[in-house]
Amino acid sequence: MNLTLNIWRQANATAQGAMHTYQLGDVSEDMSFLEMLDVLNEQLLAADEDPIAFDHDCREGICGSCDLMINGQAHGPEVTTTCQLHMRSFKDGDNITIEPWRADAFPVIKDLMVDRSAFDRIIQSGGFISANTGSAPEANAAPIQRDKALRAFNMATCIGCGACVAACPNGSASLFMGAKITQLGLLPQGQPERDSRVIGMVGQHDAEGFGGCTNIGECTAACPKEIPLDVISQLNKDLRTAIKNGH
Amino acid sequence: MASTLDPSGTVATNTAATQTSDDAHGYYTPGEPLVDTNAPTGPIADRWTNRKMDNRLVNPSNRRKLDVIIVGTGLAGGAAAATLGEAGYNVKSFCYQDSPRRAHSIAAQGGINAAKNYKEDGDSTYRLFYDTVKGGDYRSRESNVYRLAEVSANIIDQCVAQGVPFAREYGGLLDNRSFGGVQVSRTFYARGQTGQQLLIGAYQALERQVAAGTVTTYTRHEMLELVMVDGKARGIIARDMVTGAIETHLADVVVLASGGYGNVFYLSTNAMGCNVTATWRAHRKGAYMANPCYTQIHPTCIPVSGDHQSKLTLMSEGLRNDGRIWVPKKKEDCDKDPRDIPEEDRDYYLERIYPSFGNLVPRDIASRQAKNMCDEGRGVGPVVGDFRRGVYLDFADAIKRLGKDGIEEKYDNLLDMYERITGENPYEVPMRIYPAVHYVMGGLWVDYNLESNLEGLFVTGEANFSDHGANRLGASALMQGLADGYFVLPNTIREYLADGPFEKVSEDHPAVVEARTSVEARIDKLMSIKGNRSADSYHKELGLIMWEYCGMERSEDGLRKAIDMIRELKADFWTNLKVLGTADSLNQSLEKAGRVADFIELGELMCIDALNRRESCGGHFRAESQTDEGEALRHDDEFAYVAAWEFGGEGGQPVLHKEDLIYTAIEMKQRSYK
Repeated sequence: MNLTLNIWRQANATAQGAMHTYQLGDVSEDMSFLEMLDVLNEQLLAADEDPIAFDHDCREGICGSCDLMINGQAHGPEVTTTCQLHMRSFKDGDNITIEPWRADAFPVIKDLMVDRSAFDRIIQSGGFISANTGSAPEANAAPIQRDKALRAFNMATCIGCGACVAACPNGSASLFMGAKITQLGLLPQGQPERDSRVIGMVGQHDAEGFGGCTNIGECTAACPKEIPLDVISQLNKDLRTAIKNGH
Repeated sequence: MASTLDPSGTVATNTAATQTSDDAHGYYTPGEPLVDTNAPTGPIADRWTNRKMDNRLVNPSNRRKLDVIIVGTGLAGGAAAATLGEAGYNVKSFCYQDSPRRAHSIAAQGGINAAKNYKEDGDSTYRLFYDTVKGGDYRSRESNVYRLAEVSANIIDQCVAQGVPFAREYGGLLDNRSFGGVQVSRTFYARGQTGQQLLIGAYQALERQVAAGTVTTYTRHEMLELVMVDGKARGIIARDMVTGAIETHLADVVVLASGGYGNVFYLSTNAMGCNVTATWRAHRKGAYMANPCYTQIHPTCIPVSGDHQSKLTLMSEGLRNDGRIWVPKKKEDCDKDPRDIPEEDRDYYLERIYPSFGNLVPRDIASRQAKNMCDEGRGVGPVVGDFRRGVYLDFADAIKRLGKDGIEEKYDNLLDMYERITGENPYEVPMRIYPAVHYVMGGLWVDYNLESNLEGLFVTGEANFSDHGANRLGASALMQGLADGYFVLPNTIREYLADGPFEKVSEDHPAVVEARTSVEARIDKLMSIKGNRSADSYHKELGLIMWEYCGMERSEDGLRKAIDMIRELKADFWTNLKVLGTADSLNQSLEKAGRVADFIELGELMCIDALNRRESCGGHFRAESQTDEGEALRHDDEFAYVAAWEFGGEGGQPVLHKEDLIYTAIEMKQRSYK
């Protein structure tokens, strides 16, 4: 198929960016979206044009590196990561617009790459269970109800890609936080730090410049791992409880 | 299971090898034998306990004065950084990704082994040790493997305490499944995302230490050189991949946990950024590279679909528990809809050839048999190159047995991923799979303490060579990464750091300046060639050479040819490479060029190692060494040794040091899974 690609180009964090248009032919439907960009980049290099910078690594939907806004949708038209999106989702003659994640807390580094280190700092502020190496009790000492364990697992499948933030009109990271808070809050090991966790994470979230949640639900619709919206209710509940408890 | 061998650990069950063949003559220089002077002695079950006791302690108030550099934030690096941070050392953690959470350990699917014996099916530390040494085709060190089996149970405890959501049974206790190459259920798992869950556990522990101020993370940084001062590893030169700045980082000790080099084949299941540069730069500074030719080709990957392909995707080996592998008996059936091929015309070849292990034979065997079927012309799927490269992995029986829901619960995300990539629904049509490069057992040589031959340089996880011999069993990579990171390195590094803090090194020290200047000069060189070919095109070409001649089957003639081709490729690379942009900004083409340059040099060494080893063992199959039935044939009398290669200088020949493999707790046998 032949495609017209409108792509955001920006030389660095401080430079003014702009959309550029490229024509690409001979795209096979078996290609992944990123392989299509690889082909474009080889074509640009041959023409002495700087290749387009974008983040990607595992290309199997699990590392969370890839992060493209495709035709205005985070990760494009399918419920998956950009790297798992294949060109069979497009057709000959399509115009495709490709932009970086847009959010104050995710500044652009170059072209389609953004800085998501704010997520790391949110985790530093409480997204863990304190268990020093070597101090753990026998693993089967505390059985965990199977449905709780399963729900904890489902929330833990978040890959930290940031699609929820990019999709949210407020640029909120509540879905990202809610997934972690729900996961750890379901487990007996997660109880001792439950209050301090939510207080710490929410404080850092706000300090990073992420917006507040107004229950729009774009985040969960964009999430490639289908983290449900109710984790935000859990987040709010945990926050209320923590405040009531005097935090 | 208990060993019936002499328990004193002093009676060897084999004699040292003497190599009589010399296929690689003219390509290398024989060197002095290599001995692990830190190897433990005594009964095998006591060796690790004694070593932990013998290692000196570091006073807590001294720990914060000791700087530790750790390169890589996967299971081995992330777990080590978190643990050493908790202990109070001053840790600097580096990764090329934008966050430590994205290291490629995250993509491991199937599970992690541990000798918990929760299933009461006869498992034990000794049996896990035995299976791992046997699975590695008797090419690993027994003391290291025993230690691995010993600490495996602690890993599960640690991860559960961190909140890692492993699969559980209805009673709330942890569930297990079985995996290739073993007959017990000892694999802990979190659906098909075990690596992700374990890595996020380690990542959260790491970030907790960042908040505590013991660990500083340097993301989007790539190590480009090792700094050696007065014979000791004292730091690294790294490039800030955003600004292009070349930075000097100095420390008391350096740990490389930078993963494996499977991307030397271009197409592999590794992440796009996985590379050999950290370990190869250390190799060029004197660290020995051990058994570089030991490559694991994973049997269950999604087949290649065309030339544009950038990577291959693994389908967890766990699928072999429930899926049955087959090809048509008749070549003329190969392009039929598989659902129209009657049962009697299907060849479930693994069940036929290996009745006792069936679809659960180790990876090397499953891969080679898939290749054999395709070479016979009974492969399925599209013709790629000149033949069909695929076999069926069929869930029809399992769906009958467990229902579609049962399969969904166990493997949902994997089967979805398959459908997204291929456009075919595996609940209705059998999946097509083909082997792909997945893991490397080779890596930097380390002693029992995980220290390389360079003082103060430690190597953990896939980056070292130590635990898997010539073939790694499924669910053992996660085990080794976390064993090294949480439990082994933090104990052994104490012995080294007890002599510190070492005298501070200045950034003006001639050795530091030399390292930094060499990095800058190399980048200048890469930028200034201004030729016509992209780094990616060289990488692809190298990959084709490696896959053809140093892949699933290797031969003397093929390897010689490959070495010539790689040397030509290298010469062309350094005269015709094209990198645009500048070195002092974000430049993904430049990053790639540096990595490809190192892969090319590594590729040559892998071929020389494979050429020297005129035997078949584990993932290394030499056409000249097979049984009448076509199975791998080892030559313990010649090759029961670790091949540790020393860099021979630019344009020089590598020097081969041999470390004998002597066993006391296990007897070497020809592997049989029939």
